[in-house]
Amino acid sequence: MTSAISVQNLHKTYDNGFKALDDVSLDVERGEIVALLGPNGAGKTTLISTICGIVNATSGKIDVFGYDNQKDYRKARSCIGLVPQELTTDAFETVWHTVSFSRHLFGKSSKPEYIESLLKSLSLWDKKDNQIRMLSGGMKRRVMIAKALSHEPDILFLDEPTAGVDVELRKSMWQLVRKLRETGVTIILTTHYLEEAEEMADRIGVINNGKMIVIEDKKKLMKKLGKKELVLELYSPISEIPEALSGFDLHLKQDGHQIIFTYDPAKQDNGVVRLLDQLKAHSVKCKDFNTRQSTLEEIFVQLIGEK
Amino acid sequence: MNYWGIWAIYRHEMERTFRTVGQSIASPVISTVLYFIVFGTAIGSRISDVDGVQYGAFIIPGLIMLTILGQSISNASFGIYFPRFTGTIYEILSAPLSFVEICIGYVGAAATKSLMIGLIVLITANFFVTFYIQHPFWMMFFLIMTCVTFSLLGFIIGIWADGFEKLQLIPLLIINPLTFLGGSFYSINMLPGIWQKISLLNPVVYLVSGFRWSFYENSDVSITTSVVMITVFMFLCLAIIAWIFKTGFRLKN
Repeated sequence: MTSAISVQNLHKTYDNGFKALDDVSLDVERGEIVALLGPNGAGKTTLISTICGIVNATSGKIDVFGYDNQKDYRKARSCIGLVPQELTTDAFETVWHTVSFSRHLFGKSSKPEYIESLLKSLSLWDKKDNQIRMLSGGMKRRVMIAKALSHEPDILFLDEPTAGVDVELRKSMWQLVRKLRETGVTIILTTHYLEEAEEMADRIGVINNGKMIVIEDKKKLMKKLGKKELVLELYSPISEIPEALSGFDLHLKQDGHQIIFTYDPAKQDNGVVRLLDQLKAHSVKCKDFNTRQSTLEEIFVQLIGEK
Repeated sequence: MNYWGIWAIYRHEMERTFRTVGQSIASPVISTVLYFIVFGTAIGSRISDVDGVQYGAFIIPGLIMLTILGQSISNASFGIYFPRFTGTIYEILSAPLSFVEICIGYVGAAATKSLMIGLIVLITANFFVTFYIQHPFWMMFFLIMTCVTFSLLGFIIGIWADGFEKLQLIPLLIINPLTFLGGSFYSINMLPGIWQKISLLNPVVYLVSGFRWSFYENSDVSITTSVVMITVFMFLCLAIIAWIFKTGFRLKN
């Protein structure tokens, strides 16, 4: 089955010489949610803009549902809806007009019942006759989403959809994304909020300096790159780790009341049993313990730091 | 062909015009009426006939050209520059629209607005001076061709400009002088020999001359030359716009 999006060896160097994308390849399957993570200026927005046809690639190939985005640009672009990072709308237009305008741009005839249901689902129906300049930032963000969905696209790009929005709206955006996925829409989102990627995505891609460092199933990524910590609460504090335990990755915390052991859970012999035996042998008694998985944020910092 | 897309851009631009009707339509009409009062009625009454036409009537074609040239350029350049400035251009560029369709939408709206202004000025002129139109078909031909061609030029300027200053630069420093020196207020036959020849390098001369011919059947250059010149200029603008969209100049790079 053809991928929703297939990007092969994509390069983009801007006129000022800035290399925004460096040999990026990516396949997005139908119906999945892919989150693209990366620091500012990593190339996330350029990648999205190039796929959507807003920016010309220097070289490389992009297919959308098998349609070349240069040769078959009409078919390719018709499948895509884009919510850009910036709240760029015509301030003097009404909500109804601007959403209808977007639908028509994509060659679709008026369909008032669809626009009505779209605006209702985004809690914009009672604002349909308001000029956009009269709306709050959160409402404007919803208008941008309504515009992107106005032509009933199969793929939705969300470029930092929850940047600068409050927690409540962020949660409702997440709900909306899940609902869209249930209807079969493929979603690619960029975000700075790792929590968002962790919560929403099936797969996560990390971009840095224009290169796709990794793109992996979220669970596999966390398993592969994630470390686990064993936190041991001691009966009585110790001033230093016994010499005999120097072979373990241990840290003392809480003024000697806690020993933190960092280990790789994927390894057959992860060292937990040996450590517990050694602690007993050296009369270091524990009253409690718990384990903690690395967060995506820690994995992300690790990945960016390594490259 | 994405007809809905073309219609959406065209309607959006026309709605913007009607939202700012004072600035868009009333202002250029009032300016032109002032020209008629000053040059046509006040000063014109002391100037002798030009090529057998009363001076007030003689300047009507030139004044209409003066207005629609400026309006076409400013309407089209602002029409495409403003979405670039605000960032809303992303929607146009990501839509399944060809450059021809985008052009028809923006340039069509700018040209329609200029044509409306040109016709309003023509009707208004009727209240100040008596004139006649010998060839109404050719009058409309030159009017429409000028509106479209200079809207295309304005569209190019709107894409080329990377600031509001540049948006005004070409109209103020090049188009305005060419228009004033293009025979709007005089026949180039009234100039000394060498200046007549230099004037022939000015493309506006051919427009004004052809347009004036459609009114009074007198012209500085032949009607065929005027038609060829405006057609060549239009295709030149279209070629530049095709190149812009092909290379992504200032839009996609």
